[in-house]
Amino acid sequence: MPSQTLYMPPRHYLNENYGITSWLLTRDHKRIGLLYLASITFFFFLGGAMAVLIRLELATPVGDLVTDETYNKLFTMHGVMMVFFFLIPSIPATLGNFLVPLMIGAKDLAFPKLNLASWYIYVIGGLFTFYALVAGGVDTGWTFYTPFSTVSSTTNVIPVALGVFVTGFSSILTGLNFIVTIHRMRAPGMTWFRMPLFLWSMYATSLIMVLGTPVVAITILLVAAERLFHFGFFDPRLGGDPVLFQHLFWFYSHPAVYIMILPAMGVVSELVAAFCRKQVFGYHFVAFASVAIAVLGFLVWGHHMFVAGISVYSALIFSILSFLVAVPSAVKVFNWTATMYKGSISWQTPMLYAIGFIGLFTIGGLTGLFLASVGLDVHVTDTYFIIAHFHYIMVGGALMGYLGGLHYWWPKISGRMYNEFLAKISAAIIFLGFNLTFFPQFILGYLGMPRRYHAYPPEFQVLNVLSSAGASILGVGYLIPMVYLMWSLRYGRIAGSNPWGAVGLEWTTTSPPPTENFAETPIVTWEAYDYQTPVEHHVA
Amino acid sequence: MSSHILPKRVYYTIFAILLFCTYLTVQIAFFDLGALNTVAALSIATFKATIVVLFFMHVKYSTRLTWAVVLGSVFWLGILLALTMSDYLTRVWRTYG
Amino acid sequence: MSHEAAAHQGHHPALAHHFDSLAQQTEATTLGMWVFLVTEVLFFGGLFATYMIYRSWYPDAFAVASHELDVVLGTTNTVVLITSSLTMALAVHAAQLGQRKLLMTFLILTMILGGVFLGIKSVEYYHKFVEHHIPGPGFQFEKEYFRHAQIFFSLYFVMTGLHAIHMIIGIGIMLVMLWWSWNGTITAEYSSPIEISGLYWHFVDIVWIFLFPLLYLIGRHAH
Repeated sequence: MPSQTLYMPPRHYLNENYGITSWLLTRDHKRIGLLYLASITFFFFLGGAMAVLIRLELATPVGDLVTDETYNKLFTMHGVMMVFFFLIPSIPATLGNFLVPLMIGAKDLAFPKLNLASWYIYVIGGLFTFYALVAGGVDTGWTFYTPFSTVSSTTNVIPVALGVFVTGFSSILTGLNFIVTIHRMRAPGMTWFRMPLFLWSMYATSLIMVLGTPVVAITILLVAAERLFHFGFFDPRLGGDPVLFQHLFWFYSHPAVYIMILPAMGVVSELVAAFCRKQVFGYHFVAFASVAIAVLGFLVWGHHMFVAGISVYSALIFSILSFLVAVPSAVKVFNWTATMYKGSISWQTPMLYAIGFIGLFTIGGLTGLFLASVGLDVHVTDTYFIIAHFHYIMVGGALMGYLGGLHYWWPKISGRMYNEFLAKISAAIIFLGFNLTFFPQFILGYLGMPRRYHAYPPEFQVLNVLSSAGASILGVGYLIPMVYLMWSLRYGRIAGSNPWGAVGLEWTTTSPPPTENFAETPIVTWEAYDYQTPVEHHVA
Repeated sequence: MSSHILPKRVYYTIFAILLFCTYLTVQIAFFDLGALNTVAALSIATFKATIVVLFFMHVKYSTRLTWAVVLGSVFWLGILLALTMSDYLTRVWRTYG
Repeated sequence: MSHEAAAHQGHHPALAHHFDSLAQQTEATTLGMWVFLVTEVLFFGGLFATYMIYRSWYPDAFAVASHELDVVLGTTNTVVLITSSLTMALAVHAAQLGQRKLLMTFLILTMILGGVFLGIKSVEYYHKFVEHHIPGPGFQFEKEYFRHAQIFFSLYFVMTGLHAIHMIIGIGIMLVMLWWSWNGTITAEYSSPIEISGLYWHFVDIVWIFLFPLLYLIGRHAH
């Protein structure tokens, strides 16, 4: 493979036409993926800036950097931006948009105009949220719990609620597009069980987007009606039940965690296969585990509410169901490990992220079981234990998967390679910084430090300083890829169509691919991850 | 895909049944049947919705995928209602009233 | 359909570039509309869940408040909407057979019936406004049920209001369909836009089929 001369294709989706309108009016799924990439990166660094301020404040036990009210706004905006404007669209809207048609051998998604519309909807939602930030922020926490959000808070609840409401529709449209595309646009011979596991996870993710998001949309609408027009839905003064809001909110927002982690699992399946040169162990199990997680994810939302006043019986049901999610999750982790066993592993950057994911996700997942058991949950609810747990899932899991996928497919997206040395260094920095930031928080939480306070007793300072120090390392780790990825766009080595020697339809077309993806519709005659057959035989 | 073209009389028949059911549900509402009032109202509504889905929306003649989508939506609605009720039906306290 | 689609492959003006055939395009758009309707089911589902809980908590207040709604107007509107579903189904039928004039007639009838529904609905809203039954600071109701009746009317206005917004969007869709029927976009081979618009219209009808008994008919026997 390295013997042939690599060259950039004369015509590809990036040089098909130029100018701002060619991007803003594009219907090409690859360009829309890049539009999303730019916008979510903006929100990632904005939300990251909030995190920096939070960790700076928590370096000392007294509230000396910001007031308590500002602190409330900081963690709220951090949560809103990272959850709704970065993590949920992260892998689906960027890598998913780019790869779903390429991986199934289609020319585009089923509804290209709807795809572009979903990006505009995302941007409009983002503008509402950005406006709220500029206008003074929100202090409800990203969960908008009533009656604080409807009656008490004097901050910009409505603009942020509108932003989340609007962005939800972009998520719905993306999910709808993927479902229809995967059902109806597969190339001849691309049967369901020949699909790369990334597509299975995108399909499962889309199911959650389509089934869950509408419920949070209506819930936010009810909050807005209660706040604006004094309608009564959750207001205890009228006999309403604030806990009902939590039911409706978590019906979406718990599965939303799987919107974040499932795509990352799909990425890891691709990476493990490609860098171990093996078929994924137990392909069918991994595929069905994605769907199982999507379905079971809808049955467990009550574990967010064990101390909120739900009935003991209900808590018992939700607790048992929550434990069930561990089964498909463990199936995946075991199968990735089994794939690596006796594989010929090459330690390139994407694989480092994949291994990081497996380890950190395991910690995040297992601590989730602590929270699923009612008795222990009562002890650690609303402490830093929770914060550490979901950051292990969302940052250690979802973000690691996203970065791994971005590095793996970057040559396909840009046609060029990044600096491997810097990439490996920054992967290591991110891994170390992440653990230093969040592992102490498990201990802090177990010792009883509550979340959402800007001051804390002095005996917690050592662990908090460790955490803040880790956060600064983590921040540097995130900035380095920004630099070398941008640098590679112009100066990177030309990648060629298949720099990793991986199998899969996306590697059979040029890098970057032409606008129509494939010169002619490919016909698939091989199984997924068929590394036994030499790559040259996988012809498009 | 509903390439299956139904004869017009099917639509007229369904329309007549829907009108009759509307009449029925209004009439029943004025009799005191206790808890059965709600059961009757919801049963009739479900029946009306079902025949609209099957005939006006052609699901009876559609692919298995369409069936799966329709049943899936009902199933997930069921999850939402059932698990929420698992809390409300078993609370021994009424927090607010 | 498949042989017709094959005959038109690559030639039909309505075939988008990224589909192989008109049949594939029709299958994709139909599935897309169904998946969209799933999101609608869950969207209204949140409201039905809210309704279910408060009705089980406050059955008396809900019955009394429900009595304030005009059952004659509600029933009339149900009949109007069911009739509009019939005309919509007949419009789809005409489209599948390529009967352009009949198709346009039924589309116009559907829109008129939708308009009548919205007219009656606004009369009802006006009555509620006059009677101070709009929740919030101006709300007036008999003292015993004052608080819980507000929850009923909050649900009433949000449920029927969102339903009405869907009707307005539906009428907008019908206008586009009318335009496409008039300019010849819709043919016997390419009737799927009418079919999927019909799916949407029938769905909105189904929502009302549930709203009507839940809002208008509870506890009618009691007084």
